[in-house]
Amino acid sequence: MTQQAATIERRYVEAWNAAIAPSSSDVPAELHALRESAIAKFEEVGFPTARRGNEAWKYTDVAPIANAAFEDLAPAAPVRVATEALDQHIMGGSVWNRMVFVDGHWVPSLTSMPTLPPQVTVTSLAKAMALHPHLVRDLLGRYAPYDESGFTALNTAFLRDGAVLIVPHDTVVEEPIHFIYLTSSEGQSSVTQPRTLVSMGRNAKASVIESYGALTDTLSLTNAVSEYVLAEGAQLDACRLQQHSGSAYHVGSAQVRLGRDSRFTSGAFDFGGAIARHTLSVALEGEGSECTLYGLYMTNHGQHVDNQVLVDHIAPHTTSEQVYKGVLDGRSRGVFHGSITVQQAAQKTNAKQSDKNLLLSDEAEVDTKPALWIYADDVRCGHGAACGKLDDGALFYLQSRGIDEAAARRMLVHGFANEVLEHVELTPLRVHLEQLITASLRSSRRPS
Amino acid sequence: MVTPKQLAQTEYKYGFVTDIEEETAPRGLTEDTIRWISAKKQEPEFMLEWRLRAFRHFLTLVEKEQSPKWANVHYPPINFADGVYYAAPKKDQPASLEDVDKELLATYEKLGIPLEEQKRLAGVAVDAVFDSVSVATTFKETLSKQGIIFGSFNEAVQEHPDLVRKYLGSVVPYTDNFYAALNSAVFSDGSFCFIPKGVRCPLELSTYFRINAAEAGQFERTLIIAEEGSYVSYLEGCSAPMRDTNQLHAAVVELVAMENAEIKYSTIQNWYPGDENGVGGIYNFVTKRGKCAGDNSKISWTQVETGSAITWKYPSVLLQGDNSIGEFYSVALTRGYQQADTGTKMVHLGKNTRSKIISKGISAGHGQNTYRGLVKVMPRAADARNFTQCDSLLIGDQCGAHTTPYVEVQNSSAHLEHEAFTSRVSEEQLFYCQQRGMSSEDANSLIINGFCKEVFQQLPFEFAIEATRLLEVSLEGSVG
Amino acid sequence: MLEIRNLSASVGGNRVLNGINLTVEQGEVHAIMGPNGSGKSTLSYVLAGHPQYVVESGEAILDGEDLLAMPAEERARAGVFLQFQHPVEVPGVRLDQFLRAGYNAIHKSKGLEELDPLQFDRLLQQKAGIVNMEPTMLKRSVNDGFSGGEKKRNEILQMAMLEPRLSILDEPDSGLDVDSLRLVADGINQLRSPERAVILITHYQRILNLVVPDVVNVLMGGRIVRTGGVELAEEIEAEGYEGQDEVLQAQG
Repeated sequence: MTQQAATIERRYVEAWNAAIAPSSSDVPAELHALRESAIAKFEEVGFPTARRGNEAWKYTDVAPIANAAFEDLAPAAPVRVATEALDQHIMGGSVWNRMVFVDGHWVPSLTSMPTLPPQVTVTSLAKAMALHPHLVRDLLGRYAPYDESGFTALNTAFLRDGAVLIVPHDTVVEEPIHFIYLTSSEGQSSVTQPRTLVSMGRNAKASVIESYGALTDTLSLTNAVSEYVLAEGAQLDACRLQQHSGSAYHVGSAQVRLGRDSRFTSGAFDFGGAIARHTLSVALEGEGSECTLYGLYMTNHGQHVDNQVLVDHIAPHTTSEQVYKGVLDGRSRGVFHGSITVQQAAQKTNAKQSDKNLLLSDEAEVDTKPALWIYADDVRCGHGAACGKLDDGALFYLQSRGIDEAAARRMLVHGFANEVLEHVELTPLRVHLEQLITASLRSSRRPS
Repeated sequence: MVTPKQLAQTEYKYGFVTDIEEETAPRGLTEDTIRWISAKKQEPEFMLEWRLRAFRHFLTLVEKEQSPKWANVHYPPINFADGVYYAAPKKDQPASLEDVDKELLATYEKLGIPLEEQKRLAGVAVDAVFDSVSVATTFKETLSKQGIIFGSFNEAVQEHPDLVRKYLGSVVPYTDNFYAALNSAVFSDGSFCFIPKGVRCPLELSTYFRINAAEAGQFERTLIIAEEGSYVSYLEGCSAPMRDTNQLHAAVVELVAMENAEIKYSTIQNWYPGDENGVGGIYNFVTKRGKCAGDNSKISWTQVETGSAITWKYPSVLLQGDNSIGEFYSVALTRGYQQADTGTKMVHLGKNTRSKIISKGISAGHGQNTYRGLVKVMPRAADARNFTQCDSLLIGDQCGAHTTPYVEVQNSSAHLEHEAFTSRVSEEQLFYCQQRGMSSEDANSLIINGFCKEVFQQLPFEFAIEATRLLEVSLEGSVG
Repeated sequence: MLEIRNLSASVGGNRVLNGINLTVEQGEVHAIMGPNGSGKSTLSYVLAGHPQYVVESGEAILDGEDLLAMPAEERARAGVFLQFQHPVEVPGVRLDQFLRAGYNAIHKSKGLEELDPLQFDRLLQQKAGIVNMEPTMLKRSVNDGFSGGEKKRNEILQMAMLEPRLSILDEPDSGLDVDSLRLVADGINQLRSPERAVILITHYQRILNLVVPDVVNVLMGGRIVRTGGVELAEEIEAEGYEGQDEVLQAQG
């Protein structure tokens, strides 16, 4: 690590010493031990700022995030939350189950669980550790390794609370569980570290949504880590919706473990953020497990969105599909790296991956890197990538039917995005996404 | 389908050693080595200076440990200070073919490249490079009548220094990468080819590279310049004796196509791949790049890579001229313990430029095969188009096939499509062929040839046959 | 010529054939009719030796030889031809080259003369006329981008080239319009001869108006439930398959 870089990381270590170290007695001893080991690791690994040979961050320069002078690196619980600002994140009215975190702290007053079956646990990390000490201890940090990623180490080190969902075996949760993580900042630029842990028992079924956003348009960094563990035959539909303000940085990673015959579906939707980078890593550990991963990123006005989707086929007869789409406008940049690894034992794997991008402006840039790493022979694996602009012929066709150009463009972009949206089974979420797409198109300068 | 025993390497046909006295450079790599090589070649001052600049740059890379590490290949570190960087048959440069050493003529005859007048391949002019020097060039006179210069790089340095000076390093500067820097410092010979304005080269031009000496690496350099409106088709072949130590081959190829010119460059690479335990074989670390400098120019790379212990090679095209076209067709086979990390870079700079990439990887035994490619569309490259297809075929469950394309687009009018598919030979296809009476071995070979067809079609006829045969021999015992 | 005794077979662990008995004599055309899932295609794959189909019990004797003991290519060389219901695409392999490879392999095994590309081409052109196939199609990759009708005609062309003793035609009529059906049926009829036999598998009676069978067998639940003449096919066309297995039970 260079001298300058070390200084950057030093600030976080000092903040840890000031805010986290003294609160060791507030949390179970194991948790604090985990935090201690993570901060040490962070100090060693640091932010991935190297530009040379840094393949994982080839297209995303992390320097603006690392060098940003955030004023509050471990914000305290907010005194007051403006509920009106929350409205734009609410979905599913009075039916969905909802848990809200502000600046990394759970806000019980904004939490409601109207349709949660009694045997299901949704609670804060602190409470979960008391209720299910063994389960949480076993799972927390187990699948989100903090020894390689500085960001994961940082999240683990500053872990004060988080959301825990435990669905026991053979339990079906009909209505979604919505985790909302917000930054309030209260006038100060800050860093928050959301954490989500979901454990799905045998043949359990549920839908969760993680929403990320800010209550004010202040400089901030959200550094999220999620862990999902699916036991045999479990089914989980997990969506992530990122609608930060234009001043926010967002870095996140989700680690998913799939047991035998389990099924995981994930939707990733990025609309906000100055720099947003998300890593979704799925390990198909159980025979017959399946995942479908889809995503839509819409960028404009200097935004930079980077999705890393890493699928690891470990067991035989596993299936994966990735469908990501990007709509890039203004001086924005979209990055996609999709990787499929098929290990030697994972015979009879079926894996597909596609990333398609629509470039709406001359200043937009897209970098896409779909990769296959295959070590088994009885497999069917394929990927595709495409980049292009709106089809002039289609545009003309719509205009010739009397539709003005701006409307025709919007229709075509909606059409392009639909291939992803049609995977979204939750109607309130789909409606919400359609509104975000429309809003995003309205904000763009047209015609170029 | 395959047992480890069946994967035993079929014998490498070109593994013999020519018994000839050779002169080598003193072991080691210092400025003195560079001066020794340059003096040996009686080079003009500008060449020595260029080499020394390259060498000094190389040293900074060694110091910063910047040998390329990103490729998906694994080998022990190379001690560059301990190599032998020049080896040549001792006899003086022959004045004509008649004076070429009989042992050398016999060597090339055995390789299927007869150099003597009466036996020559019709329609193909050959430059034969043996270790560090060119030993013979056929059909020189025929070509020179049309103003075509074709011969060894050394001759070109002596006879056409202005051309060399103008174009050397113009496509692959010595600062390009680690091995390009090394090659620029120590390269010993190679082929030079110049096609004047408006001339369509009447013969296939061909260079056959042979490594013979036990310890020397081969560092040749090829430079092809196609002036306005000209056309040339160029082929290279290569082989080496079977030895149980690894030898380094670090070549540089530069192509320049001016307005309306076309260069077609084909390679059949059959360096010694090592034995069935992965011992020995050539490290083939090569930088190949063409520049479509003029409008409407075209550069097309075709490669059939069956040899080498390790291949690290990305024949690329800089599409600078408007409407220029770049193509890359590749078949790469890895078996035994071979590793290949190969692909291409298509950099779209000019307007309305087109590129096409067809890559077919075949992995058998413990072979690891990686396609790595970059398609880059720069902001000014309006209406650029690319189509990429890279398919992989797996034979046996100990091998690997990997595909890592990079697509970077900075112009909204670009249109790019990338497709890749990986599988083994399908059971249904095999059964269909067998139902029509074919043995499973014949059926496999038929299907694998079909898999490679789009690439083989790009080769001149005789070479397509050679490539098909080479593939069959290489895969013998791997399938069925 | 072909004697199938008590043949049972499974695919993917599911038993599909449950004791088939069938005797086919030289020169005969046997129709095998049956509803979807009755085991028709399985029977054809088992006879041709598809590796995924497992023989559980029983035997199939072709001209005194144990057919089931041979690998797929030897069955082909012994004169068994399977016309695939869904012909396989083999990208990059030209149809003429593909056919010559099979033709020469079969001829070689019989000690007959192998043909060079020119001789073969002449023969192929001539046979292509039987199914009205354009010469340009012969230079295309095997079944790659062929329409449904082209694939079926291509199968009949291959049969004409390889001159099998026993042809197993797996739904040569499926998905064909009237004109294509007539071309395919004409092709089959031209290849009928006293030395050869044909097993024609179909769901519908309509092709049997064009290729008139000697014997009609009804396959249901993996067994031959009824055997009769052409009139049986007409009865099924009129009444459907329902109740056919009960007829068997009534017959005892």
